[in-house]
Amino acid sequence: MFEIRIHSRGGQGGVTAARLLAMAALNDGNFATACPFYGAERRGAPIVSFVRIDKHPIRIYSQIRNPDLIVVLDASVMPAVDVLHGLKTGGRILINSAHKQDFAGYVTNHVDLTSIALRENLMVAGSPILNTPVIGALARTGIVSADSAKSAIRGMFSDERNIRAAEAAYDEVST
Amino acid sequence: MRKIVTGNKAVAEAVREAKPDVVAAYPITPQTEIVETLADYVSNGQLASQYIAVESEHSAMAACIGAAIAGGRTFTATSSQGLAYMHEMTNWAAGARLPIVMANVNRSLAPGWNLWAEHTDAMQERDTGWLQVYVSTVQEAYDTILMAFRIAEHQDVLLPVMVNLDGFTLSHIMQPFDMVEPGDFIPPIHLSEMIDPKNPKGYGTIAGPAEYFRFRWEIERSMREAVNVIEETQAEFGERFGRTYGLTEEYRCDDADVVVVSLGTLGKEAEVAIDILRDEGIKAGSLRLRWFRPFPELNLAGKDVVVIDRDYSFGFGGVLAHSIRSKNLVKVYSVIAGLGGQEVTYDDIAGFIRHRRIGEESWFGVNAHV
Amino acid sequence: MEIITEIPEEEYVLKCTSACAGCGDSLTLRYVLKATGPDIVLVMPAGCTAAFQGIYPKTAYSVPVVNIAFGAAAACASGISRMFQATGRETRVIVYAGDGGTLDIGLQAMSGAFERRTDFLYICYDNEAYGNTGMQRSGATPLGAKTTTTPTGKTEAKKDIDAIIAAHNPPYQATACASYPQDLFRKVRKALTFHGPTFIHVLSPCPPGWRYSAEKTVEVGRLAVKSGMWALWECEHGKLTISTPTKAAMKKPVPLEEYLSLQGRFRGIEEKTVEQLKEQIQENFRGLAAGEVKP
Repeated sequence: MFEIRIHSRGGQGGVTAARLLAMAALNDGNFATACPFYGAERRGAPIVSFVRIDKHPIRIYSQIRNPDLIVVLDASVMPAVDVLHGLKTGGRILINSAHKQDFAGYVTNHVDLTSIALRENLMVAGSPILNTPVIGALARTGIVSADSAKSAIRGMFSDERNIRAAEAAYDEVST
Repeated sequence: MRKIVTGNKAVAEAVREAKPDVVAAYPITPQTEIVETLADYVSNGQLASQYIAVESEHSAMAACIGAAIAGGRTFTATSSQGLAYMHEMTNWAAGARLPIVMANVNRSLAPGWNLWAEHTDAMQERDTGWLQVYVSTVQEAYDTILMAFRIAEHQDVLLPVMVNLDGFTLSHIMQPFDMVEPGDFIPPIHLSEMIDPKNPKGYGTIAGPAEYFRFRWEIERSMREAVNVIEETQAEFGERFGRTYGLTEEYRCDDADVVVVSLGTLGKEAEVAIDILRDEGIKAGSLRLRWFRPFPELNLAGKDVVVIDRDYSFGFGGVLAHSIRSKNLVKVYSVIAGLGGQEVTYDDIAGFIRHRRIGEESWFGVNAHV
Repeated sequence: MEIITEIPEEEYVLKCTSACAGCGDSLTLRYVLKATGPDIVLVMPAGCTAAFQGIYPKTAYSVPVVNIAFGAAAACASGISRMFQATGRETRVIVYAGDGGTLDIGLQAMSGAFERRTDFLYICYDNEAYGNTGMQRSGATPLGAKTTTTPTGKTEAKKDIDAIIAAHNPPYQATACASYPQDLFRKVRKALTFHGPTFIHVLSPCPPGWRYSAEKTVEVGRLAVKSGMWALWECEHGKLTISTPTKAAMKKPVPLEEYLSLQGRFRGIEEKTVEQLKEQIQENFRGLAAGEVKP
């Protein structure tokens, strides 16, 4: 089983990112579940989403304690939230950032999702859409295939800018 | 094609397939997505229901009662405080013998305000005459809502059905599922006593001491009949659509020395604990109870029984534990866990089984020996 | 209590609540508490304000707060108020409820409390939807507004809670708006000079619910008043006084389109619905000019 934890803020599409990732894993022929952990609706508050991917049906509902991969869609949560909590030794962090980041003991990839979104004019209510491009970056890490990522995106969104942004993120994510 | 949706969304999809005549809707976390999705379906023509945005949950059930007496198939959804506020009318719905279907997204009761999974809300409805079932996956939520309408409306039942989903844990998790075309699996509703000025009747009039008790016995008689109706319905669902459900779901129970009994998603998480224990040489099994009302016959002979209650009846004990003690005349190890969304993992469940103390009760997180 | 027009600096809503950016309700609450001072108990049903007070063991409000079930605020307040009466306590009882907890599920309890002449101040902060559960329609949602349960726009007019309260003949009732804090402050102070049921209905703009950018809350609230969609007035023993911003709006209202176009919840609203809203505004102005809370 592969476990991913996604950190974002309410209203940024972190929950949708989890869903797209699960859909992509499903398209690859795997089983997947995705779940947010939050309570009352509050835009801007830090939230966490979980995704589990496995070859067999997933029967676990409790929170992910030791993720294999952490995704940080909004680095501004980091002062308040210990995003690395429980990450397996040698685990991976994918962070939305223009700059290279280093977290000792882990593999770190960074990609500037925000500027990719702005470049593609992928915006809603004045904010850049990060959840479709991040799926492209995740495909590059190999947890889902690029084709499945694209079909998951197309299954939810008809605007092809989402695909272009995902492809750009796939290309630009640091390796 | 497989879709990936939340438990709430799957409920709404199934309701859409069932084509209720009237939906009464009031929001409450964590059920709100159900009433919002239904509003969407009605607004874009995917569901031709009358949608009543009522002003409270008491009114939601009262509106369903009215619509059902008028001969309609009805649906509503609630949780926790809403269910508690509805309680006078849930009693009414069952007493009036109306086949209303309701999704209850299990959530704890205030104070303090807590939004997360607990079964006490539905447990407090256990005396009302509602049928109650607890589901554990998105697929099961979808399938069970479809079956609920058919079971409720069956001439031998004519009682309302509550489908319970764990708040957030199941209502908000996204899992893959398959939809079905029910076709005639749910026959058109036919309530022979519906309002008819040509054949006028008084509904729910005064019933004196010589008569009232007979109505209550009729409810119980139908509850007992309901077991057969449930089993037939589930069997036919399996034949037609390929997924067969039982009154319970048993996992590795046949040769088990110890069985853990629970409701809802804990029953799935428990299976992971069972696999871990089996690898250690402990012959454990999981019995996930699905139907809680009518309470089924359980075969627990010769096994140690661990019961997890995600609920409590103060001054008495865990409701599931005492149900089993009294129905099966067996001592159990009663564990109270998961209240207010308290995190319970497969490791914790394995621990309950490994360290069981038959005949005792312990509160997870409170008692030192758990 | 003297009505002072200088607003004290002391804050009773502490920093770092979990309110949304630009929350009109939190702005309303801050000024209400500045006006009441600390010798109060706030009775708070389920709603946004209860949600952003924080999680046990902390609270963001440095006044006593009794949280209570959604529909029960006014009844609970009745109990507290009568208890204070019995024990001779001067502490004021203030219900602070949203539109859902007032116009819909809370209506019965509020009507009962007013009919019994309960000594309390009932403040309804109105964000015109069920905010805490993610913006479903309430009876206070205006005609034509989109919410998650009215995806193509509400087809019924906003329930007139002020007229309903007026029918209970309270000694004092008023309307206010988060964007006019001094006016709100003064009205709260005024209400507390009465012992008997009083009511203040405060428009509290809501960025996620009304779908506008968070920094525009004050502007949106001002446009509500300037266009006439929201009228500011107060009524003492049935005698109506129109507040200055509404007097100005009655003379020369800002075109309603300016208010509507700022908000995503009115996007795509039909011309005829806009006309209906304009007619309603004119009706209200006529009534106000004739000294009526509701014709």
